[in-house]
Amino acid sequence: MTFPSGTLLAQSALSGVFIGSMYGLLGMGLGLAWGLLHIINLAHFGFAFLAAYLCYQLASVGGVDPLLTLVMIVPLFFALGVAVQWLLSRFAVSPLNSLLATFGLTAIIEAAIQYFWTADFRKLESAYSGQRLRLGELFLPVPELLTLAVALLLGIGIWAAMRYTNLGRALRALAEDAPMAAAFGVNRRAHALLLAGACGALAGIAGVCLALSFTLTPSQIYAWVGVVFAAVMLGGLGSPLGPLAAGMVVGVSEAVTMAFASPSWAPIVSFSLLIALLLLRPGRT
Amino acid sequence: MPFLHLPAFYESFVYIVFHWIVLATSWNILSGYSGYFSFGHGAFFGAGVYTTAVLAGKYDVPFLWTLPAAAVVAALLGLGLGAVVFRVRHVRGELFALLTLAATFVLATIVLNTPIDGGPGVYLSGVPVPKLAPTASGAFYLMALVLAIGTVGIAYAITRARLGFGLFAIHDDEDAAEVVGVPTYRYKLIAFGVSCALAGVAGGIQALFVSYVTANGTFNITVPLTVVLMSVLGGTRSWGGPAIGATAITILLYATTAAEQAVAGKAAVGAVLVAAILLMPEGILGRVFARRGRGEPPGLEAAGVSVHADTVVATLELPPQGQRRVLLEVRGVAKSFKGVRALDGIDLDVREGEILGVIGPNGSGKSTLINVVSGYLRADAGSARLGDVELLALPAHRIARAGVARTYQIPRPFARLSIRDNVALAAMFGGTAFDARHAAEIALHWLQFTGLAARAAAYPGDLNLHQAKLLELTRGLAARPRLVMLDEVLSGLTPAEIDGAIDLILRIRAQGTTIILVEHVVRVVTALAERIVVLDQGRVLAEGRTDEVMARPDVAAAYLGVPHA
Repeated sequence: MTFPSGTLLAQSALSGVFIGSMYGLLGMGLGLAWGLLHIINLAHFGFAFLAAYLCYQLASVGGVDPLLTLVMIVPLFFALGVAVQWLLSRFAVSPLNSLLATFGLTAIIEAAIQYFWTADFRKLESAYSGQRLRLGELFLPVPELLTLAVALLLGIGIWAAMRYTNLGRALRALAEDAPMAAAFGVNRRAHALLLAGACGALAGIAGVCLALSFTLTPSQIYAWVGVVFAAVMLGGLGSPLGPLAAGMVVGVSEAVTMAFASPSWAPIVSFSLLIALLLLRPGRT
Repeated sequence: MPFLHLPAFYESFVYIVFHWIVLATSWNILSGYSGYFSFGHGAFFGAGVYTTAVLAGKYDVPFLWTLPAAAVVAALLGLGLGAVVFRVRHVRGELFALLTLAATFVLATIVLNTPIDGGPGVYLSGVPVPKLAPTASGAFYLMALVLAIGTVGIAYAITRARLGFGLFAIHDDEDAAEVVGVPTYRYKLIAFGVSCALAGVAGGIQALFVSYVTANGTFNITVPLTVVLMSVLGGTRSWGGPAIGATAITILLYATTAAEQAVAGKAAVGAVLVAAILLMPEGILGRVFARRGRGEPPGLEAAGVSVHADTVVATLELPPQGQRRVLLEVRGVAKSFKGVRALDGIDLDVREGEILGVIGPNGSGKSTLINVVSGYLRADAGSARLGDVELLALPAHRIARAGVARTYQIPRPFARLSIRDNVALAAMFGGTAFDARHAAEIALHWLQFTGLAARAAAYPGDLNLHQAKLLELTRGLAARPRLVMLDEVLSGLTPAEIDGAIDLILRIRAQGTTIILVEHVVRVVTALAERIVVLDQGRVLAEGRTDEVMARPDVAAAYLGVPHA
């Protein structure tokens, strides 16, 4: 094993931060729904990829600026999130069964994507791709920087909203003790639908970021599941900033592992971190 | 010999059906029975695939010899993972599901990066198919048939054994199961090991069947997804459900397997899963059994049991109070919750054959005391000796085995076991540890004793509060404990029901069972208890003969408040 140079290591750590912000962005909606609604929504990944493909379609075929596609994608995925939540609450699905049902939904979404866009690799070529800023000896690719900025803005924004607005307080009260919150006049159904919609919108935004930086293929949906779940569990359920921070820890650890060993060893990292956390702080989740 | 003399194509198709029956049924042994859904069945299946592929493909080990190795490798992998995650008390269902899913990807990474595979895949085309049948497809058909029958047989046998009852109880309420005496950690591990071993054998056979294995083709999401779908569709609560689901789904998948329909097939499988979870969370067999099970309970005669209620109550001659031996000796027991001292150094003795009343205001530590002695909570300090056995050093199921039973203030029956099975479970895992068949008879006997026999075939959800409390009591009795702790077993009952229960508790004591009676209803305590202990703010305020203690002014003050005169 050769010891990588300082610049290479710094560049690796930086790319770890970037991929970590993607983990965090995907984990944000997932963790909020899990912690506050007790829904483990695997379809979150399906939604993100669907949004990524829609963004790809609009941008590469329609010639729309990828960021402008958010105007359409955010409301659409808000509605999808509401619809799924409505369905799950209509049948009073338990957390584990929500995992299974949304697993099925993800399979449907994957099949739909494969039907419309085939299983071939797709890469969005836009005004942003290939652009990068230079910082000393380090390169900062613009699409990844956008992802990082979006993740930070959303994370801090949601954190502030949860903490300082009445809506956020109501949501936290519902997560803590739903019947009691309802007795104090919090409309449980409406709030749950609203939050699920917001999580759907987060999936949509994450999807646009995915399309900006990554090559798309339907089966990649599942490649993100393990790492993002690890980030959510490391960061804490129901917290917007926790998964982001944990995602960056995981991302940087992976990137450094890749720099030292071989890239194909990276999947071990998140799993090891997760096991370590479980053993050291079992009460966390 | 079970040859159908089918064309090779059909033999292969039937092989695939059996293959999925094995995978779904083996998955169900842990996940369906105990509720710990594994999404890592692909990992254990894959461990079997690669064990056989490497041994037979690279080291020329005869194929049939690789199958036990595949079972062992897969089982060890499962046991290793289980030993880590099951030890953590908070790893409940969802977390377990995700950890096992992650295990699949980790295993794939290891296989890809080491000489096990290294990337290009492993060929088994040179490995001879064992000559079990005239044709290769016949041999695969035969091996899968044997394995499928064996797997379903094991799954069936487990439901009839203590292991199965224990797993079902874990599914419904793991903490209560542990307190009843189910060794939850060991049972989860055993079930996981069996489940993984069977998946490993299926993987070994599959490796030769496909004759070229790749990491991406083996460790993917398809195996866990399909297996979960099949079991949930068929019904995870029964031994036969996964086999039914596997057959149905395999035929569905096969019908849509042609290239142009592959995408539609994937979508169809997803849609079936969504619909099954939403509309039939109990599965096909769950539905069938639910319809049938809610009918009339079988009479006791039908079960071949004859019970003479009055012979049960043999009056026991007890020595006078002063000469009785101490059964339970509690010394200096302390327990804090985040700084609140719920128990602050409790000392008390429980003598053989007595009814010891424990009273005290709300929050004085009565229920915490029971929770600590039964092992439900860990004490911070102190000891509780039952004869020679130090209870506080034992896990909850060993405390139950040592002869301590309890009831819960808010009844905690196993919701998806019948009333009779709820009681039988206690008999199986209590002090005497009856086998499953014998326990069913014991259960009916005690249901007769408490007057619940008519509801033996009902489910806990069908009981009213009084009956639910009686069920708690019956469970406590069926364990044949030396000491039973009754936690407010009478609260919320009507006066008439209380009279019946007082009579019942006296009859329990008459059998020689020592009773700790935690109670709010003063009338009950004074009617039943010879001695009482008064707790206040986690300490023993008074202890002694009931009439003397009740007359003490400080007891009255703790109970009724200090008079502000």
